[in-house]
Amino acid sequence: MRPQFILSEIWVGLRRNLSMSISVALVTMVSVLFLGLGILAQRQVDTMKDYWYDRVQVSIFLCTAKSDLPNCSTGAVTSSQRLEIRSQLAAMRPLVKDVFPESQQQAYDRARAQYPDSSTYRDIKPSQMPESFRIQLTDPTKYDVITSSFVGAPGVADVQDQRRILDPLFNVLRGLSFGALVLAGLMVLCSVLLVATTIRQAAFSRRRETGIMRLVGASAFNIQLPFILETLIATVVGSALAIGLLWALVRNGVGYLGKLLPVNFITTADVWAVAPWLVATAAGLSILTAWLTLRRYLKV
Amino acid sequence: MIRLENVNKLYRRTSAPALHEISLEVARGEFVFVVGPSGSGKSTLLRLILCEEQASSGNVLVAGRELSRLPRRKVPALRREIGTVFQDFRLLPNKDVYQNVAFTLQVLGKSRHAIKAVVPETLEMVGLAGKEKRLPHQLSGGEQQRVAIARAFVNKPTILLADEPTGNLDPTTSLDIVRLLDRINRTGTTIVMATHDEGIVDQLLKRVLELDEGVLVRDQMRGGYGGRR
Repeated sequence: MRPQFILSEIWVGLRRNLSMSISVALVTMVSVLFLGLGILAQRQVDTMKDYWYDRVQVSIFLCTAKSDLPNCSTGAVTSSQRLEIRSQLAAMRPLVKDVFPESQQQAYDRARAQYPDSSTYRDIKPSQMPESFRIQLTDPTKYDVITSSFVGAPGVADVQDQRRILDPLFNVLRGLSFGALVLAGLMVLCSVLLVATTIRQAAFSRRRETGIMRLVGASAFNIQLPFILETLIATVVGSALAIGLLWALVRNGVGYLGKLLPVNFITTADVWAVAPWLVATAAGLSILTAWLTLRRYLKV
Repeated sequence: MIRLENVNKLYRRTSAPALHEISLEVARGEFVFVVGPSGSGKSTLLRLILCEEQASSGNVLVAGRELSRLPRRKVPALRREIGTVFQDFRLLPNKDVYQNVAFTLQVLGKSRHAIKAVVPETLEMVGLAGKEKRLPHQLSGGEQQRVAIARAFVNKPTILLADEPTGNLDPTTSLDIVRLLDRINRTGTTIVMATHDEGIVDQLLKRVLELDEGVLVRDQMRGGYGGRR
Protein backbone atom coordinates (compact mmCIF):
# COMPACT_ATOMS: atom_id res chain seq x y z
CA MET A 1 0.00 0.00 0.00
CA ARG A 2 1.15 3.53 -0.68
CA PRO A 3 2.04 5.68 2.38
CA GLN A 4 -0.54 8.33 1.48
CA PHE A 5 -3.32 5.72 1.35
CA ILE A 6 -2.18 4.24 4.67
CA LEU A 7 -2.16 7.71 6.26
CA SER A 8 -5.65 8.47 4.98
CA GLU A 9 -6.91 5.11 6.31
CA ILE A 10 -5.29 5.83 9.69
CA TRP A 11 -6.86 9.29 9.79
CA VAL A 12 -10.31 7.87 9.01
CA GLY A 13 -9.78 5.13 11.62
CA LEU A 14 -8.68 7.55 14.34
CA ARG A 15 -11.58 9.88 13.60
CA ARG A 16 -14.12 7.07 13.60
CA ASN A 17 -12.75 5.63 16.82
CA LEU A 18 -11.88 8.97 18.40
CA SER A 19 -13.15 8.36 21.95
CA MET A 20 -11.37 5.01 22.18
CA SER A 21 -8.18 6.49 20.73
CA ILE A 22 -8.30 9.27 23.35
CA SER A 23 -8.85 6.74 26.13
CA VAL A 24 -5.87 4.67 24.91
CA ALA A 25 -3.73 7.83 24.88
CA LEU A 26 -4.86 8.83 28.40
CA VAL A 27 -4.45 5.40 29.96
CA THR A 28 -1.02 5.13 28.33
CA MET A 29 -0.20 8.55 29.74
CA VAL A 30 -1.06 7.48 33.30
CA SER A 31 0.84 4.16 32.95
CA VAL A 32 3.94 5.82 31.52
CA LEU A 33 3.69 8.54 34.19
CA PHE A 34 3.78 5.94 36.98
CA LEU A 35 6.51 3.98 35.24
CA GLY A 36 8.50 7.18 34.83
CA LEU A 37 7.91 8.16 38.47
CA GLY A 38 9.15 4.77 39.63
CA ILE A 39 12.28 4.94 37.50
CA LEU A 40 12.95 8.56 38.43
CA ALA A 41 12.49 7.79 42.15
CA GLN A 42 15.07 5.03 41.74
CA ARG A 43 17.39 7.51 40.04
CA GLN A 44 16.77 9.95 42.89
CA VAL A 45 17.87 7.30 45.39
CA ASP A 46 21.00 6.65 43.31
CA THR A 47 21.72 10.36 42.98
CA MET A 48 21.37 10.89 46.72
CA LYS A 49 23.47 7.83 47.45
CA ASP A 50 26.22 9.08 45.17
CA TYR A 51 26.03 12.47 46.82
CA TRP A 52 25.96 11.30 50.42
CA TYR A 53 28.20 8.27 50.15
CA ASP A 54 30.88 10.60 48.85
CA ARG A 55 30.55 12.55 52.05
CA VAL A 56 29.81 9.94 54.70
CA GLN A 57 32.65 8.61 56.71
CA VAL A 58 33.39 5.65 58.87
CA SER A 59 34.51 6.78 62.31
CA ILE A 60 36.86 4.81 64.55
CA PHE A 61 36.36 6.17 68.08
CA LEU A 62 39.27 5.63 70.41
CA CYS A 63 39.12 4.91 74.12
CA THR A 64 39.18 7.80 76.57
CA ALA A 65 40.35 7.53 80.19
CA LYS A 66 36.74 7.34 81.32
CA SER A 67 35.31 5.09 78.62
CA ASP A 68 33.13 2.39 80.13
CA LEU A 69 33.06 0.28 77.00
CA PRO A 70 34.36 -3.30 77.50
CA ASN A 71 37.22 -2.81 75.06
CA CYS A 72 38.47 0.27 76.97
CA SER A 73 38.99 -1.42 80.36
CA THR A 74 42.72 -0.74 80.10
CA GLY A 75 42.12 3.03 79.94
CA ALA A 76 42.77 5.69 77.30
CA VAL A 77 44.31 4.78 73.98
CA THR A 78 48.09 4.76 74.09
CA SER A 79 50.30 6.40 71.51
CA SER A 80 51.58 3.00 70.33
CA GLN A 81 47.99 1.79 69.88
CA ARG A 82 47.23 5.00 67.95
CA LEU A 83 50.26 4.43 65.73
CA GLU A 84 49.26 0.83 65.16
CA ILE A 85 45.77 1.94 64.01
CA ARG A 86 47.32 4.55 61.70
CA SER A 87 49.69 2.10 60.10
CA GLN A 88 46.88 -0.45 59.71
CA LEU A 89 44.75 2.18 57.97
CA ALA A 90 47.66 3.15 55.73
CA ALA A 91 48.00 -0.51 54.73
CA MET A 92 44.34 -0.56 53.70
CA ARG A 93 44.75 1.85 50.79
CA PRO A 94 43.27 2.15 48.19
CA LEU A 95 40.02 1.15 49.99
CA VAL A 96 40.83 3.83 52.54
CA LYS A 97 40.78 7.04 50.54
CA ASP A 98 41.46 9.60 53.28
CA VAL A 99 42.02 9.56 57.03
CA PHE A 100 41.19 12.62 59.10
CA PRO A 101 42.36 12.32 62.72
CA GLU A 102 40.16 14.26 65.16
CA SER A 103 41.60 15.11 68.55
CA GLN A 104 39.52 15.34 71.74
CA GLN A 105 39.66 19.16 71.60
CA GLN A 106 38.55 19.19 67.93
CA ALA A 107 35.69 16.81 68.76
CA TYR A 108 34.62 19.02 71.65
CA ASP A 109 34.78 22.21 69.51
CA ARG A 110 32.77 20.60 66.70
CA ALA A 111 30.11 19.35 69.11
CA ARG A 112 29.79 22.77 70.72
CA ALA A 113 29.58 24.44 67.32
CA GLN A 114 26.94 21.97 66.11
CA TYR A 115 24.83 22.03 69.27
CA PRO A 116 25.47 25.46 70.91
CA ASP A 117 22.33 25.25 73.07
CA SER A 118 22.75 21.69 74.26
CA SER A 119 23.15 21.34 78.01
CA THR A 120 24.93 17.99 77.52
CA TYR A 121 27.89 19.55 75.79
CA ARG A 122 27.90 22.62 78.06
CA ASP A 123 28.78 20.51 81.10
CA ILE A 124 31.39 18.19 79.66
CA LYS A 125 35.08 18.70 79.19
CA PRO A 126 37.22 18.05 76.09
CA SER A 127 38.89 15.14 77.84
CA GLN A 128 35.54 13.36 77.96
CA MET A 129 35.12 13.54 74.21
CA PRO A 130 36.52 10.56 72.28
CA GLU A 131 39.40 11.03 69.93
CA SER A 132 38.68 9.48 66.49
CA PHE A 133 39.84 8.71 62.99
CA ARG A 134 37.35 9.83 60.35
CA ILE A 135 37.83 7.63 57.33
CA GLN A 136 36.61 8.14 53.79
CA LEU A 137 36.34 4.98 51.73
CA THR A 138 36.69 4.67 47.96
CA ASP A 139 33.79 2.21 48.09
CA PRO A 140 31.48 3.09 51.01
CA THR A 141 29.65 -0.23 50.75
CA LYS A 142 32.81 -2.01 51.96
CA TYR A 143 32.34 -0.64 55.42
CA ASP A 144 32.46 -4.19 56.82
CA VAL A 145 36.19 -4.43 56.08
CA ILE A 146 36.89 -1.56 58.48
CA THR A 147 34.49 -2.91 61.10
CA SER A 148 35.99 -6.38 61.09
CA SER A 149 39.51 -4.98 61.24
CA PHE A 150 39.02 -2.50 64.08
CA VAL A 151 36.13 -3.59 66.29
CA GLY A 152 37.75 -5.00 69.41
CA ALA A 153 41.24 -3.80 68.41
CA PRO A 154 43.31 -2.39 71.30
CA GLY A 155 42.46 1.25 71.99
CA VAL A 156 39.33 1.24 69.80
CA ALA A 157 36.10 2.06 71.62
CA ASP A 158 33.70 1.75 68.70
CA VAL A 159 33.43 1.84 64.91
CA GLN A 160 30.49 3.73 63.41
CA ASP A 161 29.30 4.04 59.82
CA GLN A 162 27.37 7.22 59.01
CA ARG A 163 25.79 5.37 56.11
CA ARG A 164 23.60 3.59 58.62
CA ILE A 165 21.94 6.88 59.49
CA LEU A 166 21.01 7.49 55.85
CA ASP A 167 19.91 3.98 55.00
CA PRO A 168 16.39 4.28 56.50
CA LEU A 169 15.81 7.34 54.30
CA PHE A 170 17.01 5.49 51.24
CA ASN A 171 14.82 2.53 52.16
CA VAL A 172 11.76 4.78 52.31
CA LEU A 173 12.60 6.26 48.90
CA ARG A 174 13.25 2.82 47.47
CA GLY A 175 9.89 1.69 48.89
CA LEU A 176 8.15 4.62 47.21
CA SER A 177 9.91 3.85 43.96
CA PHE A 178 8.86 0.20 44.22
CA GLY A 179 5.28 1.26 44.96
CA ALA A 180 5.26 3.50 41.89
CA LEU A 181 6.57 0.62 39.78
CA VAL A 182 3.89 -1.76 41.11
CA LEU A 183 1.22 0.85 40.26
CA ALA A 184 2.87 1.30 36.88
CA GLY A 185 2.65 -2.47 36.34
CA LEU A 186 -1.10 -2.41 37.08
CA MET A 187 -1.62 0.59 34.83
CA VAL A 188 0.37 -1.05 32.04
CA LEU A 189 -1.87 -4.10 32.39
CA CYS A 190 -4.91 -1.79 32.15
CA SER A 191 -3.55 -0.14 29.02
CA VAL A 192 -2.71 -3.50 27.41
CA LEU A 193 -6.28 -4.69 28.05
CA LEU A 194 -7.70 -1.40 26.78
CA VAL A 195 -5.59 -1.54 23.62
CA ALA A 196 -6.77 -5.11 23.04
CA THR A 197 -10.43 -4.08 23.50
CA THR A 198 -10.00 -1.02 21.28
CA ILE A 199 -8.39 -3.03 18.50
CA ARG A 200 -11.10 -5.64 18.77
CA GLN A 201 -13.79 -2.98 18.49
CA ALA A 202 -12.00 -1.24 15.61
CA ALA A 203 -11.58 -4.56 13.78
CA PHE A 204 -15.29 -5.24 14.23
CA SER A 205 -16.41 -1.79 13.09
CA ARG A 206 -14.19 -2.01 10.00
CA ARG A 207 -14.88 -5.64 9.13
CA ARG A 208 -16.40 -4.60 5.79
CA GLU A 209 -13.21 -2.79 4.71
CA THR A 210 -10.93 -5.54 5.95
CA GLY A 211 -13.15 -8.15 4.32
CA ILE A 212 -12.80 -6.39 0.97
CA MET A 213 -9.05 -5.93 1.47
CA ARG A 214 -8.75 -9.65 2.08
CA LEU A 215 -10.84 -10.55 -0.95
CA VAL A 216 -8.87 -8.39 -3.34
CA GLY A 217 -5.62 -9.94 -2.16
CA ALA A 218 -4.12 -7.57 0.40
CA SER A 219 -1.49 -9.27 2.53
CA ALA A 220 -2.07 -9.83 6.25
CA PHE A 221 0.59 -7.20 6.99
CA ASN A 222 -1.19 -4.59 4.86
CA ILE A 223 -4.55 -5.33 6.48
CA GLN A 224 -3.12 -5.13 9.99
CA LEU A 225 -0.82 -2.16 9.45
CA PRO A 226 -3.39 0.68 9.76
CA PHE A 227 -4.70 -0.77 13.06
CA ILE A 228 -1.20 -1.15 14.46
CA LEU A 229 -0.18 2.36 13.39
CA GLU A 230 -3.35 3.88 14.88
CA THR A 231 -2.59 2.22 18.21
CA LEU A 232 1.02 3.30 17.96
CA ILE A 233 0.02 6.93 17.37
CA ALA A 234 -2.34 6.92 20.39
CA THR A 235 0.38 5.32 22.53
CA VAL A 236 3.09 7.73 21.44
CA VAL A 237 0.79 10.69 22.11
CA GLY A 238 0.04 9.29 25.59
CA SER A 239 3.73 8.70 26.29
CA ALA A 240 4.64 12.20 25.11
CA LEU A 241 2.02 13.69 27.46
CA ALA A 242 3.41 11.60 30.34
CA ILE A 243 6.96 12.74 29.61
CA GLY A 244 5.74 16.35 29.50
CA LEU A 245 4.15 15.88 32.93
CA LEU A 246 7.29 14.23 34.33
CA TRP A 247 9.37 17.08 32.96
CA ALA A 248 7.07 19.70 34.53
CA LEU A 249 7.06 17.80 37.83
CA VAL A 250 10.84 17.55 38.00
CA ARG A 251 11.43 21.09 36.79
CA ASN A 252 8.94 22.79 39.11
CA GLY A 253 8.40 20.34 42.00
CA VAL A 254 11.81 18.76 42.45
CA GLY A 255 13.56 21.95 41.29
CA TYR A 256 11.73 23.88 44.06
CA LEU A 257 12.75 21.31 46.69
CA GLY A 258 16.33 21.55 45.43
CA LYS A 259 16.35 25.24 46.33
CA LEU A 260 15.09 24.52 49.85
CA LEU A 261 17.08 21.44 50.84
CA PRO A 262 20.83 20.83 50.70
CA VAL A 263 20.31 17.57 48.82
CA ASN A 264 21.29 16.64 45.29
CA PHE A 265 18.06 16.11 43.33
CA ILE A 266 17.41 14.64 39.88
CA THR A 267 17.02 17.17 37.07
CA THR A 268 15.15 17.38 33.79
CA ALA A 269 18.24 15.77 32.20
CA ASP A 270 17.24 12.59 34.06
CA VAL A 271 13.74 12.85 32.52
CA TRP A 272 15.27 13.09 29.04
CA ALA A 273 17.54 10.15 29.85
CA VAL A 274 14.62 7.84 30.71
CA ALA A 275 12.19 9.27 28.10
CA PRO A 276 13.36 7.15 25.12
CA TRP A 277 13.06 3.98 27.21
CA LEU A 278 9.57 4.91 28.38
CA VAL A 279 8.39 5.63 24.82
CA ALA A 280 10.07 2.48 23.48
CA THR A 281 8.48 0.32 26.22
CA ALA A 282 5.01 1.78 25.66
CA ALA A 283 5.31 1.56 21.87
CA GLY A 284 6.71 -1.97 21.95
CA LEU A 285 3.95 -3.18 24.26
CA SER A 286 1.21 -1.57 22.19
CA ILE A 287 2.54 -3.02 18.93
CA LEU A 288 2.78 -6.47 20.49
CA THR A 289 -0.71 -6.25 22.00
CA ALA A 290 -2.18 -4.93 18.75
CA TRP A 291 -0.50 -7.64 16.69
CA LEU A 292 -1.61 -10.45 19.02
CA THR A 293 -5.18 -9.11 19.17
CA LEU A 294 -5.35 -8.74 15.39
CA ARG A 295 -4.08 -12.26 14.92
CA ARG A 296 -6.98 -13.45 17.03
CA TYR A 297 -9.80 -11.15 15.98
CA LEU A 298 -9.02 -10.03 12.43
CA LYS A 299 -9.44 -12.69 9.80
CA VAL A 300 -6.78 -12.23 7.14
CA MET B 1 -8.12 -22.78 -14.79
CA ILE B 2 -10.12 -24.46 -11.98
CA ARG B 3 -9.97 -28.19 -11.23
CA LEU B 4 -11.52 -30.13 -8.38
CA GLU B 5 -10.55 -33.77 -7.85
CA ASN B 6 -12.69 -35.89 -5.51
CA VAL B 7 -13.28 -32.94 -3.23
CA ASN B 8 -15.13 -33.42 0.03
CA LYS B 9 -15.99 -30.70 2.48
CA LEU B 10 -17.39 -31.47 5.89
CA TYR B 11 -18.07 -28.65 8.32
CA ARG B 12 -17.52 -29.28 11.99
CA ARG B 13 -20.58 -30.27 14.00
CA THR B 14 -22.53 -31.33 10.90
CA SER B 15 -23.10 -34.88 9.85
CA ALA B 16 -23.87 -34.40 6.14
CA PRO B 17 -20.98 -33.20 3.94
CA ALA B 18 -21.35 -29.77 2.31
CA LEU B 19 -19.64 -31.20 -0.78
CA HIS B 20 -19.27 -34.87 -1.61
CA GLU B 21 -16.74 -36.32 -4.07
CA ILE B 22 -16.85 -33.37 -6.43
CA SER B 23 -14.70 -33.61 -9.54
CA LEU B 24 -14.92 -30.95 -12.24
CA GLU B 25 -12.84 -28.76 -14.45
CA VAL B 26 -13.46 -25.22 -15.67
CA ALA B 27 -11.31 -24.12 -18.59
CA ARG B 28 -9.80 -20.66 -19.05
CA GLY B 29 -12.37 -18.20 -20.43
CA GLU B 30 -15.43 -20.36 -19.64
CA PHE B 31 -18.71 -19.01 -18.25
CA VAL B 32 -20.23 -21.50 -15.81
CA PHE B 33 -23.46 -21.34 -13.83
CA VAL B 34 -23.55 -23.26 -10.56
CA VAL B 35 -27.18 -24.02 -9.74
CA GLY B 36 -29.00 -25.91 -7.04
CA PRO B 37 -31.32 -25.31 -4.09
CA SER B 38 -30.25 -23.47 -0.94
CA GLY B 39 -27.77 -25.54 1.08
CA SER B 40 -26.72 -27.59 -1.96
CA GLY B 41 -23.08 -26.45 -1.61
CA LYS B 42 -22.83 -23.66 -4.23
CA SER B 43 -21.32 -21.09 -1.88
CA THR B 44 -19.03 -23.69 -0.33
CA LEU B 45 -17.70 -24.49 -3.80
CA LEU B 46 -16.93 -20.80 -4.40
CA ARG B 47 -15.33 -20.45 -0.96
CA LEU B 48 -13.05 -23.40 -1.71
CA ILE B 49 -11.95 -21.80 -4.99
CA LEU B 50 -11.29 -18.51 -3.17
CA CYS B 51 -9.29 -20.38 -0.52
CA GLU B 52 -11.64 -19.10 2.20
CA GLU B 53 -12.13 -22.72 3.21
CA GLN B 54 -9.94 -25.78 2.87
CA ALA B 55 -11.30 -29.02 1.41
CA SER B 56 -11.58 -31.85 3.95
CA SER B 57 -10.14 -34.17 1.30
CA GLY B 58 -9.34 -34.13 -2.41
CA ASN B 59 -7.50 -31.54 -4.48
CA VAL B 60 -8.54 -28.04 -5.50
CA LEU B 61 -6.38 -26.47 -8.20
CA VAL B 62 -6.90 -22.82 -9.10
CA ALA B 63 -4.77 -20.86 -11.59
CA GLY B 64 -2.06 -23.49 -11.42
CA ARG B 65 -1.92 -23.65 -7.62
CA GLU B 66 -2.82 -26.62 -5.49
CA LEU B 67 -4.69 -24.95 -2.65
CA SER B 68 -4.14 -27.61 0.02
CA ARG B 69 -0.40 -27.01 -0.33
CA LEU B 70 -0.59 -23.24 -0.70
CA PRO B 71 1.11 -21.49 2.24
CA ARG B 72 -1.02 -18.84 3.97
CA ARG B 73 1.32 -16.06 2.91
CA LYS B 74 0.71 -16.92 -0.75
CA VAL B 75 -3.11 -16.81 -0.49
CA PRO B 76 -3.25 -13.00 -1.16
CA ALA B 77 -1.41 -13.51 -4.47
CA LEU B 78 -4.02 -16.10 -5.49
CA ARG B 79 -6.86 -13.77 -4.54
CA ARG B 80 -5.37 -11.04 -6.73
CA GLU B 81 -6.20 -13.30 -9.65
CA ILE B 82 -9.79 -13.75 -8.52
CA GLY B 83 -12.51 -11.10 -8.47
CA THR B 84 -15.52 -11.68 -6.23
CA VAL B 85 -19.09 -10.37 -6.40
CA PHE B 86 -21.76 -11.01 -3.77
CA GLN B 87 -25.51 -10.78 -3.53
CA ASP B 88 -25.30 -7.98 -0.93
CA PHE B 89 -22.82 -5.88 -3.00
CA ARG B 90 -20.55 -5.20 0.03
CA LEU B 91 -19.74 -1.63 -0.94
CA LEU B 92 -18.10 0.81 1.46
CA PRO B 93 -20.97 3.17 2.39
CA ASN B 94 -18.77 6.19 3.15
CA LYS B 95 -16.85 6.04 -0.14
CA ASP B 96 -18.24 7.19 -3.47
CA VAL B 97 -18.39 5.05 -6.61
CA TYR B 98 -14.91 6.07 -7.78
CA GLN B 99 -13.35 5.50 -4.34
CA ASN B 100 -15.04 2.11 -3.96
CA VAL B 101 -13.53 0.91 -7.22
CA ALA B 102 -10.16 2.60 -6.60
CA PHE B 103 -9.99 0.96 -3.14
CA THR B 104 -8.94 -2.38 -4.67
CA LEU B 105 -6.03 -0.80 -6.50
CA GLN B 106 -5.02 1.36 -3.53
CA VAL B 107 -4.94 -1.69 -1.27
CA LEU B 108 -2.73 -3.43 -3.80
CA GLY B 109 -0.34 -0.47 -3.87
CA LYS B 110 -0.98 0.69 -7.45
CA SER B 111 0.25 4.17 -8.35
CA ARG B 112 -2.13 7.12 -8.40
CA HIS B 113 -1.43 7.51 -12.08
CA ALA B 114 -2.46 3.92 -12.81
CA ILE B 115 -5.59 4.28 -10.66
CA LYS B 116 -6.61 7.46 -12.51
CA ALA B 117 -6.26 5.64 -15.81
CA VAL B 118 -7.95 2.35 -14.97
CA VAL B 119 -10.88 3.31 -12.73
CA PRO B 120 -12.75 5.58 -15.21
CA GLU B 121 -12.20 3.01 -17.93
CA THR B 122 -13.70 0.26 -15.76
CA LEU B 123 -16.61 2.46 -14.67
CA GLU B 124 -17.33 3.19 -18.31
CA MET B 125 -17.29 -0.51 -19.11
CA VAL B 126 -19.86 -1.30 -16.41
CA GLY B 127 -22.04 1.64 -17.49
CA LEU B 128 -21.43 3.96 -14.57
CA ALA B 129 -19.61 6.80 -16.32
CA GLY B 130 -20.79 10.12 -14.85
CA LYS B 131 -21.81 8.57 -11.52
CA GLU B 132 -18.32 8.56 -9.97
CA LYS B 133 -19.21 10.96 -7.15
CA ARG B 134 -22.38 9.17 -6.04
CA LEU B 135 -22.41 7.39 -2.69
CA PRO B 136 -23.77 3.81 -2.63
CA HIS B 137 -27.06 4.84 -1.00
CA GLN B 138 -27.68 7.23 -3.93
CA LEU B 139 -27.61 4.32 -6.39
CA SER B 140 -30.18 1.69 -7.39
CA GLY B 141 -29.55 -1.97 -6.57
CA GLY B 142 -28.45 -2.70 -10.13
CA GLU B 143 -26.04 0.23 -10.09
CA GLN B 144 -24.61 -0.87 -6.75
CA GLN B 145 -23.99 -4.33 -8.18
CA ARG B 146 -22.27 -2.71 -11.18
CA VAL B 147 -19.95 -0.88 -8.76
CA ALA B 148 -19.23 -4.20 -7.04
CA ILE B 149 -18.48 -5.82 -10.42
CA ALA B 150 -16.24 -2.88 -11.38
CA ARG B 151 -14.38 -3.28 -8.09
CA ALA B 152 -13.95 -7.01 -8.67
CA PHE B 153 -12.83 -6.52 -12.26
CA VAL B 154 -10.67 -3.39 -11.99
CA ASN B 155 -7.54 -5.42 -11.27
CA LYS B 156 -8.23 -7.57 -14.36
CA PRO B 157 -8.52 -10.91 -12.58
CA THR B 158 -8.34 -14.12 -14.56
CA ILE B 159 -11.31 -15.57 -12.65
CA LEU B 160 -14.48 -13.84 -11.47
CA LEU B 161 -16.63 -15.58 -8.87
CA ALA B 162 -20.18 -14.33 -8.47
CA ASP B 163 -22.24 -15.64 -5.57
CA GLU B 164 -25.92 -14.99 -6.36
CA PRO B 165 -25.15 -11.55 -7.85
CA THR B 166 -28.74 -11.06 -8.99
CA GLY B 167 -30.36 -12.32 -5.79
CA ASN B 168 -31.42 -8.81 -4.71
CA LEU B 169 -32.37 -7.50 -8.14
CA ASP B 170 -35.48 -7.42 -10.31
CA PRO B 171 -35.53 -9.65 -13.46
CA THR B 172 -34.67 -6.88 -15.95
CA THR B 173 -31.79 -5.56 -13.85
CA SER B 174 -30.64 -9.11 -13.24
CA LEU B 175 -30.44 -9.71 -16.95
CA ASP B 176 -28.43 -6.50 -17.40
CA ILE B 177 -25.99 -7.65 -14.72
CA VAL B 178 -25.53 -11.07 -16.30
CA ARG B 179 -25.02 -9.48 -19.71
CA LEU B 180 -22.33 -7.34 -18.12
CA LEU B 181 -20.69 -10.48 -16.72
CA ASP B 182 -20.96 -12.03 -20.18
CA ARG B 183 -19.13 -9.00 -21.65
CA ILE B 184 -16.41 -9.42 -19.04
CA ASN B 185 -16.24 -13.11 -19.93
CA ARG B 186 -15.56 -12.17 -23.54
CA THR B 187 -12.42 -10.32 -22.46
CA GLY B 188 -11.06 -13.74 -21.47
CA THR B 189 -12.03 -13.79 -17.79
CA THR B 190 -13.33 -17.12 -16.49
CA ILE B 191 -16.68 -16.64 -14.75
CA VAL B 192 -18.22 -18.94 -12.17
CA MET B 193 -21.65 -17.73 -11.08
CA ALA B 194 -23.75 -19.38 -8.40
CA THR B 195 -27.40 -18.59 -8.94
CA HIS B 196 -31.02 -19.44 -8.24
CA ASP B 197 -32.23 -17.38 -11.17
CA GLU B 198 -33.92 -19.79 -13.50
CA GLY B 199 -34.73 -17.18 -16.17
CA ILE B 200 -31.15 -16.07 -16.55
CA VAL B 201 -29.71 -19.57 -16.80
CA ASP B 202 -32.32 -20.51 -19.36
CA GLN B 203 -31.74 -17.36 -21.38
CA LEU B 204 -27.95 -17.47 -21.57
CA LEU B 205 -27.59 -21.22 -22.16
CA LYS B 206 -24.09 -21.56 -20.77
CA ARG B 207 -22.46 -24.54 -19.09
CA VAL B 208 -24.40 -25.55 -15.96
CA LEU B 209 -23.09 -27.40 -12.90
CA GLU B 210 -25.96 -28.56 -10.72
CA LEU B 211 -25.40 -29.43 -7.08
CA ASP B 212 -27.85 -31.25 -4.86
CA GLU B 213 -27.02 -31.90 -1.19
CA GLY B 214 -23.33 -31.48 -1.95
CA VAL B 215 -23.30 -33.87 -4.89
CA LEU B 216 -22.64 -32.78 -8.48
CA VAL B 217 -25.72 -34.17 -10.20
CA ARG B 218 -25.33 -32.46 -13.59
CA ASP B 219 -22.55 -30.98 -15.68
CA GLN B 220 -24.15 -29.82 -18.91
CA MET B 221 -22.83 -27.65 -21.73
CA ARG B 222 -25.36 -25.01 -22.90
CA GLY B 223 -27.82 -26.19 -20.27
CA GLY B 224 -30.93 -24.67 -18.74
CA TYR B 225 -31.76 -24.32 -15.06
CA GLY B 226 -33.82 -27.50 -14.84
CA GLY B 227 -31.85 -29.57 -17.31
CA ARG B 228 -33.63 -28.43 -20.47
CA ARG B 229 -31.55 -27.87 -23.58
